[in-house]
Amino acid sequence: MNQPRLNTSPHVSDEVRKTTCYMCACRCGINVHLTSGRVSYIEGNRDHPINKGVLCAKGASGIMQVTAPSRLRTPLRRVGPRGSGAFEPISWDEALQTAVDWMRPLRETAPEKLAFFTGRDQSQSFTGWWAQAFGTPNYAAHGGFCSVNMAAAGIYTLGGAFWEFGAPDWERSKLFVLFGVAEDHDSNPIKIGIGKMKERGARVIGVNPIRTGYNAVADDWIGITPGTDGLLILSLIHCLLEAGKVDLEYLSRFTNAAYLINEAEGPEKGLFVRNAEAQPFVIDRRSGMPAPWEAKGVQPDLGAVWQGHRTVFQHMAERYLSPDYAPEAVAARCGVTALRIRQLAAELASVAFDQAIEIKQPWVDFRGDEHATMIGRPVSFHAMRGISAHSNGFQTGRALHLLQILLGAVETPGSWRMKPPYPKPMEAHPTPHFVAVPGKPLSGPHLGYVRGPEQLALLPDGSPARIDKAFSWENPFSAHGLMHMVIPNAVAGDPYRIDTLFLYMANMAWNSSMNTAQVMEMLTAQEADGSYTIPRIIYSDAYASEMVAYADLILPDTTYLERHDCISMLDRPVSEPDAAGDAIRWPVVEPDRDVRGFQSVLLDLGARLGLPGMVAEDGRAKFKDYADYIVTHQRRPGVGPLMGFRGNGDGEGRGAPNPDQMARYIENGGFYQAHVPEEAAFFKPWNRAYQDWAVQVGLFDTPQPYLFNIWSEPMRRFQLAAEGHGAVQPPDHLRARLKLAMDPLPVWYEPFGDAAEPFGFTVHALTQRPMDMYHSWGSQNAWLRQIRGHNPLFVPTKLWQQHGFSEGDWARVTSATGQITVPVVHMAALNENTVWTWNAIGKRKGAWALNEGATEAKQGFLLNHLISELLPAKGDGMRYSNSDPVTGQAAWFDLRVRIERADPPADGHSRPAFGAIRPVVPEGGKR
Amino acid sequence: MTCLPGKTERALGLVIDLDTCVGCQACVTACKGWNDQGYGVPLSDQNPYGSTPSGTFLNRVHSYQVQPEAAAPMIVNFPRSCLHCTDAPCVTVCPTGASYKRVEDGIVLVNEEACIGCGLCAWACPYGAREMDAAAGVMKKCTLCVDRIYNENLPEEDREPACVRTCPTGARHFGDLADPGSAVSQLVAARGGYDLMPEQGTRPVNKYLPPRKKDRPDQASLLAPLLDIQATGLAGWLDRVLGKI
Repeated sequence: MNQPRLNTSPHVSDEVRKTTCYMCACRCGINVHLTSGRVSYIEGNRDHPINKGVLCAKGASGIMQVTAPSRLRTPLRRVGPRGSGAFEPISWDEALQTAVDWMRPLRETAPEKLAFFTGRDQSQSFTGWWAQAFGTPNYAAHGGFCSVNMAAAGIYTLGGAFWEFGAPDWERSKLFVLFGVAEDHDSNPIKIGIGKMKERGARVIGVNPIRTGYNAVADDWIGITPGTDGLLILSLIHCLLEAGKVDLEYLSRFTNAAYLINEAEGPEKGLFVRNAEAQPFVIDRRSGMPAPWEAKGVQPDLGAVWQGHRTVFQHMAERYLSPDYAPEAVAARCGVTALRIRQLAAELASVAFDQAIEIKQPWVDFRGDEHATMIGRPVSFHAMRGISAHSNGFQTGRALHLLQILLGAVETPGSWRMKPPYPKPMEAHPTPHFVAVPGKPLSGPHLGYVRGPEQLALLPDGSPARIDKAFSWENPFSAHGLMHMVIPNAVAGDPYRIDTLFLYMANMAWNSSMNTAQVMEMLTAQEADGSYTIPRIIYSDAYASEMVAYADLILPDTTYLERHDCISMLDRPVSEPDAAGDAIRWPVVEPDRDVRGFQSVLLDLGARLGLPGMVAEDGRAKFKDYADYIVTHQRRPGVGPLMGFRGNGDGEGRGAPNPDQMARYIENGGFYQAHVPEEAAFFKPWNRAYQDWAVQVGLFDTPQPYLFNIWSEPMRRFQLAAEGHGAVQPPDHLRARLKLAMDPLPVWYEPFGDAAEPFGFTVHALTQRPMDMYHSWGSQNAWLRQIRGHNPLFVPTKLWQQHGFSEGDWARVTSATGQITVPVVHMAALNENTVWTWNAIGKRKGAWALNEGATEAKQGFLLNHLISELLPAKGDGMRYSNSDPVTGQAAWFDLRVRIERADPPADGHSRPAFGAIRPVVPEGGKR
Repeated sequence: MTCLPGKTERALGLVIDLDTCVGCQACVTACKGWNDQGYGVPLSDQNPYGSTPSGTFLNRVHSYQVQPEAAAPMIVNFPRSCLHCTDAPCVTVCPTGASYKRVEDGIVLVNEEACIGCGLCAWACPYGAREMDAAAGVMKKCTLCVDRIYNENLPEEDREPACVRTCPTGARHFGDLADPGSAVSQLVAARGGYDLMPEQGTRPVNKYLPPRKKDRPDQASLLAPLLDIQATGLAGWLDRVLGKI
């Protein structure tokens, strides 16, 4: 044997620079290896709280993102018709001056004529601050078409939400139930967690019409009918109540279950009974008398009746004990057998109560009552877009949180835990600010949490103040705005026209819009005089996405390795339940093109426009660039974008700006963590040690203990308005809908999309995002597109056989809105009435520097063409958005279709097939 | 013909847990990323932005549909790479001696300088684990990251294959399968780890852990109602429930 001699210790790289990934919303720590000044390898950062060294397929392919031929290279000005892709390169000075020339007159006369919306922006506390300084009410990010139902349902119920803002107690949980979770948000922590749980032999149950990814490894799979999760959950609640398997102590101490509901007819009906100080109160079991809810030693009586008013607990029990919620009554609708529902209820109860855990950690609650140990209910849940992207998604999210609460399974050991800055009561969030005054900033943040009708963003005539109609009667709790309605509303002039649409990282001409074909027409719609109906469109992106062709001015952004960013506590940090955490990005390589980080460009624009906060006393720009802002900006005295190394370098959460802060972050691996003390680790909303710690590190300025909202008083206030009470009244055509949707106890109603069923649209159609792609970014990635370069429509066995499909077949899929013709593939592990495909694989020809014959542009397709942004007309002349009536979340998954076998198109192209866009960057060649 | 060593001092390999692999493809691109700049020639891509991109990968993940008897249909995600077989047919078939199995640790490697790109080894491998690099014309395969696992330029904790280091669910394990006391051997013993296609007589070193039995809901007794609510009404139920506090 002559084995070659190997050097098993080759040189790895010249240098490792630690920064933060940006291939999705997970924001993992990465080690970027550089060799001869170029990126040579990317791996996970083992010290990082989010990913602990691991990295997903996207993150490990980042090198192909940084070198992608689709990168924009220089500012561009449109020279051909909008949508043609004809541009000329211009200088940054010219580009910025053009933008200023368009924006300045708007600010001086009608700031609302600028609509600034951001897509996969990870700097919303900054972009929102900029928009506030400009003075337009028309700002939001993409949460409205993403998963605002989960955020809003969580905040209004628990003061915290799923997304990445909470996590199962992976170390202790014995049963983990996932509802409608695809593999995107918080993806590496969830994968790490599932791996840990399975290693311990804990059980994982997936509730999802589609059994891929996490659901594929689940020990049990419940292939539920889309849009019925809320009904299933309320039936589980029925079973638990029927058997008395609820955590009464927890309900009594930590929720508003013991509040009294006013039963007197009139404007107070259904609100909490209040004392002379206008505070809700409880009946103390020790005395049978009213007592403050936060009094030391109080034992709130769940069964109290006081002057004819009953507790929330009794109202809740009355509703869900109704035979309407019995498993036998909901089984057919949910596509889950009654036995299976009863088994799941029994399993939840068994783990929560018979397998309860206890941590020997004394703690003191906000009432001052001492607890010798921490009792845990080791049942955890997670849910995401699958249950929230329905028109009943907000109430479904509320129902799931109620289930968690009844089990005592929030913020207890083994259950689901919040990550700082959560828990945070709804009352600690701002209300929406929306009054535009020429030349002035907005008086506060755009987005917030409405408490009652008087906080809606309405003009004096009652019409919506915002272009997206957020915080209007159509969707009162639209905490993330409705980005999906901006373009349709602006073109319809409903509620008004705008002048300049300013978009960042939002592919609205393709996969991020409902009804894509018509949105492209809207973007190019012209008035009688030939002018565009949306007169000006400015767009910033790093890549030649489909949206680029529809803008008039392009501000090219950097890639994620070429920029500064902060992943901030003011925004969406990288906390874990045991530690507040934030992070940075920094230019680990310099751009080799004439591009600039968008946030620095915004600051430059802000200074040129003279926006408050962006101009120094001498009239020059206050901030050199975004990095300077990150370090020196203070949102409140001593509190800025980054929490670590403040003041002289020792300040945690609070402290004066420290010029060395960025360097300290880089030295620390790109992130900072402030650890929650052990006695503060659980029961956070009520734990005095946690509340004190939160004040110490600057999350709050005073302790903010609160009770979970089983009964939602803000919702009831809207119902009261719909019933005719109060000064601020809804339009008559929305009264019935508000009464239904704003129920103060979780309720299930048919998704609005089900109205299509009688017309033969009997099949549900869904999309999922694969773990190896993020939105449209993956397809330009030379490695990832080899893994998933096209997307068939997956068809369940029943439909496959019914329509006589065989391998290689195509189908025509029709909805009330449109029709597509696409390749099909059989999939057995799928709800029998559901078809689905991967999201955003399909591409427009000419975009993303791909060859026009790319599989993504040829067979690849979008379901978006089948989904209208509006509900079918009701004959009342109104435009009803296809959204949740509470939050305005885009109801993507309400989609109903009809499917039939179709002849494969002779050209092999899926339909609809759009003409090619003239590429704005050359097609990619070799890599 | 190339000879296999009679016995290797160690048998380094992977244990892949099919019960926890979610099919996320992380190992695929971590492998591509490391090995594109690691052992031997880069892993080339052809028409990377063209109509039919293709390229060399040393590790791929496939998803299979499985229909168990009397249970719901399943998806099994199956990572596939070189199994570093004890009786590796890819080695014995090699006409130049380029393919070889290392005596010290059993890793099967291709000496690219001696490889003539004849492709016989890929034909001989029953697992389809070797890929001819279309640009370089040499055979590429999993090296078990031989340039990582002993690499003194890496922190000790990183001396494991790139796919193992990156796997988010912890479904990939690396170690010495010749040592019955090693963590990987014990995992194989505890979980019924098995050889892929044992009938091929290749005696793979890598092992797969089978998916656990699924879709067997807890058969514990269902919850019994506290009482007949229809008969007692809500008041009776409340009395009974609150009596428990």
